Amino acid sequence: MKTSELARNESFEVEQREWKLRQRKDHGKQLLTIVSPLFLLVLWEVMSRTGILDIRFFPPPSTIVQTFYDMVMSGVMAKHVGVSLYRIFIGFLAGVIPGIIVGLLMGLYSPIRHFVQPIVMALMPIPTLALLPIIIILFGIGDLSKVVTIAGSVFFPVVINTAAGVLNIDKIYLDVANNYQTNQWNFFFKIALPGALPVMLEGIQMGQAIALLTIVAAEMMGATSGIGYLIWTSYKAFLLPEMYVGLILISFFGYLFSLILRALQNKLLPWR
Amino acid sequence: MEGKPKITVDGLMKAFYKKQGSVIALEDISLTVDEGEFVCLVGPSGCGKTTLLRILAGLEQPSVGSFTIATETNDRPLQSMVFQERGVIPWLTVRENVAFGLKMRNLPKAFITERTDFYLKKTGLERFASLYPKELSGGMKQRVSIARAFANDPEILLMDEPFGALDEQNRFILQEELLSIWAETKKTVLFITHSIDEALLLSDRILLMGAQPGKIIEEIIIDKPRPRKMEDVRKDPEMAAKFIDIWRHLQEEVLKSRE
Repeated sequence: MKTSELARNESFEVEQREWKLRQRKDHGKQLLTIVSPLFLLVLWEVMSRTGILDIRFFPPPSTIVQTFYDMVMSGVMAKHVGVSLYRIFIGFLAGVIPGIIVGLLMGLYSPIRHFVQPIVMALMPIPTLALLPIIIILFGIGDLSKVVTIAGSVFFPVVINTAAGVLNIDKIYLDVANNYQTNQWNFFFKIALPGALPVMLEGIQMGQAIALLTIVAAEMMGATSGIGYLIWTSYKAFLLPEMYVGLILISFFGYLFSLILRALQNKLLPWR
Repeated sequence: MEGKPKITVDGLMKAFYKKQGSVIALEDISLTVDEGEFVCLVGPSGCGKTTLLRILAGLEQPSVGSFTIATETNDRPLQSMVFQERGVIPWLTVRENVAFGLKMRNLPKAFITERTDFYLKKTGLERFASLYPKELSGGMKQRVSIARAFANDPEILLMDEPFGALDEQNRFILQEELLSIWAETKKTVLFITHSIDEALLLSDRILLMGAQPGKIIEEIIIDKPRPRKMEDVRKDPEMAAKFIDIWRHLQEEVLKSRE
């Protein structure tokens, strides 16, 4: 009895030591993740201050932060960011909502799928940005043309993923629905929509990234405000700190939107 | 038990058309299942037993022939099926899954809650009612499937190898639970399995099926008194003899289907 208890205690101690070691390693890895972007910024700062990087092309991060602060204070920032976010938001919705509807119809009704699929496939490879001149002629240089451009780019990944989401629902759930006499309405809301949701949300996540790429380019071409306009005019006037502020804003919003959608995903899919 | 016929299948055939040679999946199936009877269909895989069940479940159409399920009232669904392991809908909670059939029929809310509670309790799922299926073990998921079918209160129950994916100990437990719920409700059950032991424990009558083409080759009556326990079935020499009898019949069919 005595010996077995000793042996047991010893084995607990051994395992505890192992566990602590693993914990320390995990903390180390977390630290690395936080340090890596900071490391890049510090490296950049040091290199541009010591003249290894050309300060005209790569102004040090401290200068960019200072510029950012000045722009916020003067109110320029709020104007550009506000306009861009408005366009992204409206354009995103104008692409996602029809994308979901058409995608669901394609997934649910095979004649619709066979008719619409070739059209979607043929139009998808055409960059909406290449149509920008026509879009500007049709919709002017105001907000509407940007909204249309974004909507056009966001639509495709959403429509394709939604249709794929419906088609990938395990057949057994369709059997269950049939066997328990599910009507069209319930089939749509209890089976098709929730079943397609995971893949559909991946498409919306992709659409979000595309919306950001599109807004910058669209505002570069025929706009008088927005983050893209800010980047483009700063570049043309060789105000590189201002340009970098614009780029960093895009990166920040991309990250923020991803986090928001990720949180939404967890909220909408508690069953995964 | 000489009840009135509940399920009547008459000269049912099912063929599958393929360009390179069509196959007859079911050939001239005729059978009756009496009211309140528990019948197991046993046969090698590919003998068409699942096809037969799916036809009765309204998920597939027979090529030739017909079947009837006798009804007394109009407000009951004809049949509900207990599916193989993945039949529980992952985006609905345990409670919503059990209530699924009732909700689809737009029954009054209070009635649905009462009936769902009753079967959640009966299957020991009360504590898990608000969980999603991913958090359940395989045995628990099959309890959900069984509760869903019984809660729907259909004329007959169809079960497609519901315990096929469970480990042996869990299977014994669920088999006995199923028998106790069945004993209370006296539903007519048609149950598919490939386990001879399972069929001997559960059935009033076993129908053996042969493969290629699928047909019923033998009928074996199990008149051992209920309630039955796995131990009793294992100990009983008469059951042991039946086991061997069934195995001899099936052996031939399995070997034939391997050629």
